[in-house]
Amino acid sequence: MHARPDAADMTPSWPDDIFATLQRFDVRQVPYVPDAGHSKLIQRVLDSSTMRGIPLTTEEEGVALLAGAWAGGQRGVLLMQSSGVGNCINMLSLIPILRFPFLTLVTMRGEWGEFNPWQVPMGSTTQGVFELSGVKVLRASNAAEVPAVLEAAAAQAYNALTPTAVLLSQRLIGAKVFTK
Amino acid sequence: MSKANLLDRRQVVSTLLADRKGVVAIGGLGASTNDICAAGDHARNFYLWGGMGGAAMIGLGLALAQPKLPVLVITGDGEMLMGMGSLATIGLQKPPNLSVVVLDNEAYGETGGQTSHTSAAADLVGVAKACGIADSRAVTTMAEVEAFAKAVHDVSAGPRFANVKIDSASLERILPSRDGTYIVNRIRGDLGFQPI
Repeated sequence: MHARPDAADMTPSWPDDIFATLQRFDVRQVPYVPDAGHSKLIQRVLDSSTMRGIPLTTEEEGVALLAGAWAGGQRGVLLMQSSGVGNCINMLSLIPILRFPFLTLVTMRGEWGEFNPWQVPMGSTTQGVFELSGVKVLRASNAAEVPAVLEAAAAQAYNALTPTAVLLSQRLIGAKVFTK
Repeated sequence: MSKANLLDRRQVVSTLLADRKGVVAIGGLGASTNDICAAGDHARNFYLWGGMGGAAMIGLGLALAQPKLPVLVITGDGEMLMGMGSLATIGLQKPPNLSVVVLDNEAYGETGGQTSHTSAAADLVGVAKACGIADSRAVTTMAEVEAFAKAVHDVSAGPRFANVKIDSASLERILPSRDGTYIVNRIRGDLGFQPI
């Protein structure tokens, strides 16, 4: 269960904004490791006739998948949680070497009211890991800025081949509430 | 290596690619990428010099993007072991045009020949089968390699997987291009895609 400080109800509309942007940029392959914060977007993708949702066993699979998709003429986007970014590190080396468009949307844990200390180390290094790996980082902290951030991220990733990660902050998603 | 009937990796790969037609071939990091180059450089060869564990997933992304093209991943046991979860991902997507071949010498040949998990315990055919790749074969003869090479062109009956036991001979290195951007753009160009 998630508390959603920026949304009036339990079904926020910002995932719909993301979906619309991805559709407009002709994104076809959507590899993901599930996260609660991505659940609505994942459902939209799985219901879509133009996008293919591809569940992964670990996040680095998605980096390699997007390289293959590009070689075959398709764009993709990788959905994951901040913990998964660490799993990707060596595979991120494919991006500058093969020079394919890389966009990832990362739901953040380990910040903004986190309950679980085990999420904090990787959540704290997510941005640094990306930047050291040559991936530009943009962040959306509230629902109102999601469309503009997504638009900028998709444009630079697909038009300028600038590897880009969008961090969807825990403030946007809502800190996970653990109840007994 | 004392086992009998181990196949020659170069002979296996040149047989797989002999009548390749439209096949896109992906060579995993290590000797496999040299093997596909030794069989003849080709605009549709995807040579990997890194990204260990990623060969099968690159194949999946390509196969999903180009469903009418046969996509053939040729990699080694060490590279496959590192990306073993991708067999589960492929088993779930079931791309009918994707084939994965593991050249299994039961060793990490590039790093001094240290034994790999397949030498004593891991059964990659069993793994692939259990992950939902129904057509998973343990290959020990050239006749079986030839049969698999034919099957690769059937883009409606995959995914398929073959583990080929090869000898551990260290062969002359045939080095393909190391320029990844060139390699990818050459494939894209051959498939009819323009540069951005």
